[in-house]
Amino acid sequence: MKKFLLSLILLGLIFSLFTFYGCKSGEEKKVELLGAGATFPQPLYNKWFDIYYTKTGSKVKVNYQGIGSGGGIQQLMERVVDFGATDAFMSDEELKNALAEIIHIPTALGAVVITYNLPENPKLKFSGELIADIFMGKITKWNDSRIKELNPDINLPDLDITVAHRSDGSGTTYVFSDYLTKVSITWKNEMGTGKSLDWKVGLGGKGNAGVAGIVQQTVGAIGYVELIYSEQNNMQYGLIKNKKGNFIEPNLNSISKAASVAIPKDTRVSIVNTDNPEGYPISSFTWIIVYKEQNYGGRDIDRAKALVKLLKWINSEAQDYNEQLLYAKIPDNVKKINEENINSITFSGKPIE
Amino acid sequence: MRKDRAFKIILLLLGLLIIILLSGIFLSLVFSSIPSIKEFGINFLFSKTWSPVNNKFGALPFIIGTLLTATLSLLISIPFSLSISIFLSEILKNKFISKIFQTFVELIAGIPSVIVGLWGLFILAPVIRNIQTKIGVQPIGVGIFTASIILSIMIIPYSASIGKEVISMVPNEVKEGAISLGATEFETLKIVTLPFSFKGIFAGFLLSFGRAFGETMAVTMVIGNANRVPVSIFSPGQTMASLIANEFTEATTKLYTSSLIQIGLILFVISMLINILGRLIIRRFTF
Amino acid sequence: MKKDNIKKRVFNDKLYRTFVSLFSFLSIIPLFLIVYFVLIRGIKYINLKFIFSMPKPMGEVGGGIFNAIIGSFIIVGISALISIPIGILVGVFLSEYKEKKYVEIIKILVDTLQGIPSIVIGIIAYLWIVKPLRHFSALSGSIALSFIMLPLVIKATEEILNLIPVEIKEAAYALGAPYHRIVLKILLPSASVGILTGILIGISRIMGETAPLLFTAFGNQFLNLNILKPMSTIPYLIYVYATSPYIEWHNQAFAASTILIIIVLSINLFGRFVEKKWKM
Repeated sequence: MKKFLLSLILLGLIFSLFTFYGCKSGEEKKVELLGAGATFPQPLYNKWFDIYYTKTGSKVKVNYQGIGSGGGIQQLMERVVDFGATDAFMSDEELKNALAEIIHIPTALGAVVITYNLPENPKLKFSGELIADIFMGKITKWNDSRIKELNPDINLPDLDITVAHRSDGSGTTYVFSDYLTKVSITWKNEMGTGKSLDWKVGLGGKGNAGVAGIVQQTVGAIGYVELIYSEQNNMQYGLIKNKKGNFIEPNLNSISKAASVAIPKDTRVSIVNTDNPEGYPISSFTWIIVYKEQNYGGRDIDRAKALVKLLKWINSEAQDYNEQLLYAKIPDNVKKINEENINSITFSGKPIE
Repeated sequence: MRKDRAFKIILLLLGLLIIILLSGIFLSLVFSSIPSIKEFGINFLFSKTWSPVNNKFGALPFIIGTLLTATLSLLISIPFSLSISIFLSEILKNKFISKIFQTFVELIAGIPSVIVGLWGLFILAPVIRNIQTKIGVQPIGVGIFTASIILSIMIIPYSASIGKEVISMVPNEVKEGAISLGATEFETLKIVTLPFSFKGIFAGFLLSFGRAFGETMAVTMVIGNANRVPVSIFSPGQTMASLIANEFTEATTKLYTSSLIQIGLILFVISMLINILGRLIIRRFTF
Repeated sequence: MKKDNIKKRVFNDKLYRTFVSLFSFLSIIPLFLIVYFVLIRGIKYINLKFIFSMPKPMGEVGGGIFNAIIGSFIIVGISALISIPIGILVGVFLSEYKEKKYVEIIKILVDTLQGIPSIVIGIIAYLWIVKPLRHFSALSGSIALSFIMLPLVIKATEEILNLIPVEIKEAAYALGAPYHRIVLKILLPSASVGILTGILIGISRIMGETAPLLFTAFGNQFLNLNILKPMSTIPYLIYVYATSPYIEWHNQAFAASTILIIIVLSINLFGRFVEKKWKM
């Protein structure tokens, strides 16, 4: 019994040492920032923060958890994270419900692609109405005449369509449904736009990764994910007909083309269903959201400084890593707005550095 | 003696801690559910719409999903768990082998839920998909049926070990009486042992039903996460537990969070009732 | 006619034996199937590098799960530190005062606590710890897990103490020993092995829990030793990796599961072994 108790005490000591060590390292200006939200830019953010950790000499850990854009907004509102991430900008009502002013910082541009799992991996063409009908369960077979109509040369199998959608509140879903609402009246009336929808058919997956996982495992499945997820996993995706009637392949060029619009000061802008003849119609900015006033919930100035530094890095050097992961860089005009917005961040009312 | 008093007080306080803890859990769930209870009232239980877009929430699809998977898994598990109970207490006479066999059964319950889920997703789902293709059902692999199979594997150890306990408690004199009257072992089981231990076995089923009811991870990974009332046992669905696992961190409005917590409250209350009832039956049985 | 009847009865008896034995053996097959498939898919990816290095960014090849292994041990360790002393003392209380009416109620409540779905415990830890502290943290995960471990320790302690002969206690009383010394120096030491079994089974149980950690310990792609910050754990990592589309992550999920299954089942078996030794 004595030995047993002794070993317990020893165990306790070891663990408390761990804790102590953890706290102490905090004082040595090592900072750990916590961000959570969108899975749309997660491969990029993971990469960035991995580089940033090395770049800062192992001083700044940025822990980013992809829990969906809905989660990013919610956890920022609950003030349990340092920054949120979302690809659905916060609505006026959400901003009104927040405890303090929140600023949006676009960090990259991405595309929502229609990815599917079919024998022989054909490249398919889709129109907005067709996508809407498939995801509402109005078209249930791959050899449906309406799919054939757009893809006359392809031998489509007699296979059930399994729709894969998000099970969590998602900015990707928001962008996707925002586009379909603009191009299909039926979608607008029956489904609407939102981070979570009232799905009539299909399977739910958690995060972009979850949806890609379902599509990858299920023959006959179709889903919507950020470009990089299908690219990294060798999954086929379709061309989409844009407003001007061209079938567009999602890539860096077509995404950037879609973003060539006027950007408001608060950067909250939707770029889906672009007018640009070469633009990919389901493109979107993705945002990091932070409180303008950083002195909240017992945070210290070091944290705030670290956060501002990180944001500045993201708005400049980090952009060079975007393209290898197939996210388009932020256009220069947006960078400028970002700079102003980042500089407006305060701690106890005073600007940071 | 003062130390003694202090020690006794500490013991008493810790005992009270359990009461405080449970009532605390219950009250926290109730308080956090108030916005949703106020908004939807009793309709919460009967509405099919779970729509974060329109801020309208009803729990019916998940209540049905949960009842369906739990019941189905219980039905699948009964022949197995009952067999194990009888096998261990009546047929296997060798104590050593019986102990080893029982350890195997209990180890199933020791496998972490997330690993059972992983296995279900990568090994079982493709098998189910093949079966679905053969019988002409949309081959999605995951869904209510897959979840029920996974759950039945996970709950067999519970009802089996309780069943074994209660069957071994049937007095030998009674069984021997039947055998000396010329009954075969099967007839002894049918006429004497099972009726005698029926209540206890039933309690075992009840408790494992409760287990299936609240199981989260394995189910979340294989049920298909569709917030609709399932139309067949091959449909994808959602249980109350898997819904919370999927949506709790991102519920953006107060009403949304509160609705999810209310579902947690329903889970809590039902599993509490099942547990109390089950334990009461078993306790009465053992005394 | 009568002979036929007997034949039929004997046949039924045989049928029953075959049926029961068959179904019993069938039901342990999943154990082997699960362990087998996880091991053969996972074991080939396990090496020192996998165990001792950190995860790579999404979609890149390589990397390990060191942060999750350390996180799991820290979170489970703290959880054990919370639930062991409280659990043992509550167990003593239940067994010492078993004739009291309210103790019967507390016993039922302990059973109830054990029956609460783990996801509900996650909600509670979020409401009680994460929200007030304004941070996801390993500590909140530990507390959630200790709610699960607590009833297991309580019941193990109580059951073992009930088996200790009253005479031992009475003899100590007769010698004039104070009550707290009797409990701490006589009752608990003689029950220690049984309690240890309860503790080990409890640890093996919470080591594999995922649901209560989803919105408490959260996750962390870096190594973190500060319990007030989010931490990764092996089961959480398995969940995230398994539901992703990345083949590399699938393989790592199987490898991590192999490690977890070995840890969990050996603690579990060791607990049973200790118990058996003691009972002999």
